[in-house]
Amino acid sequence: MRIQNVIESKLKQDLQPVYLEVINESGNHNVPPGSESHFKVVIVSDAFMDKMPVARHRMINRILAEELQNSIHALALHTYTPTEWDEVSSHVPASPPCQGGGNK
Amino acid sequence: MDVMERIDQAVKNNAVVLFMKGTPQMPQCGFSSRAAQALMACGKEFAHVNVLMDPEIFENLPRYADWPTFPQLYINGELIGGCDITLELYQKGELQKMVAEAVDGQTAEG
Repeated sequence: MRIQNVIESKLKQDLQPVYLEVINESGNHNVPPGSESHFKVVIVSDAFMDKMPVARHRMINRILAEELQNSIHALALHTYTPTEWDEVSSHVPASPPCQGGGNK
Repeated sequence: MDVMERIDQAVKNNAVVLFMKGTPQMPQCGFSSRAAQALMACGKEFAHVNVLMDPEIFENLPRYADWPTFPQLYINGELIGGCDITLELYQKGELQKMVAEAVDGQTAEG
């Protein structure tokens, strides 16, 4: 199985995320094409409630210990509770409303 | 000295220390570079250990803190996190406070 799929399935199984995005960023780095060495994970889960960032990252590091040991070189982690995620998403600026310049 | 003791001393003898690949002036990894930049932007002095220059520390630091990757930021002897957490705290304005308190606190005591 590809590493990307392994990461996804392990995190899904252990953390039951309401949102999960695993992005292979290896292409941005000095590795052969098609590598699975650098990943970014955006994950939203109730499991992070009342936990400091270090504790959240440790949970994930533990779940992916084998992969971190053997294949993953870099793992960027962005961890949110559902409440935090709502706040983060609301920070995305909305596009401006139409001000009538089309004049139709 | 045992490598674990050497790591422990670096962690405990510095209010703020970043274990990184390269140096703040010449980082050799994008993640280390970003963490170092955030720390420099806090405007206080901080110590750094170039793990690429010390294979023993490179090998053993992950075991020391149960943290598998670099960089690693310690403030007042405690692991704060890696690049993502450091940047997150910086963006929230919390890193600046933590660093200032750690550095100024130490000066006041000393």
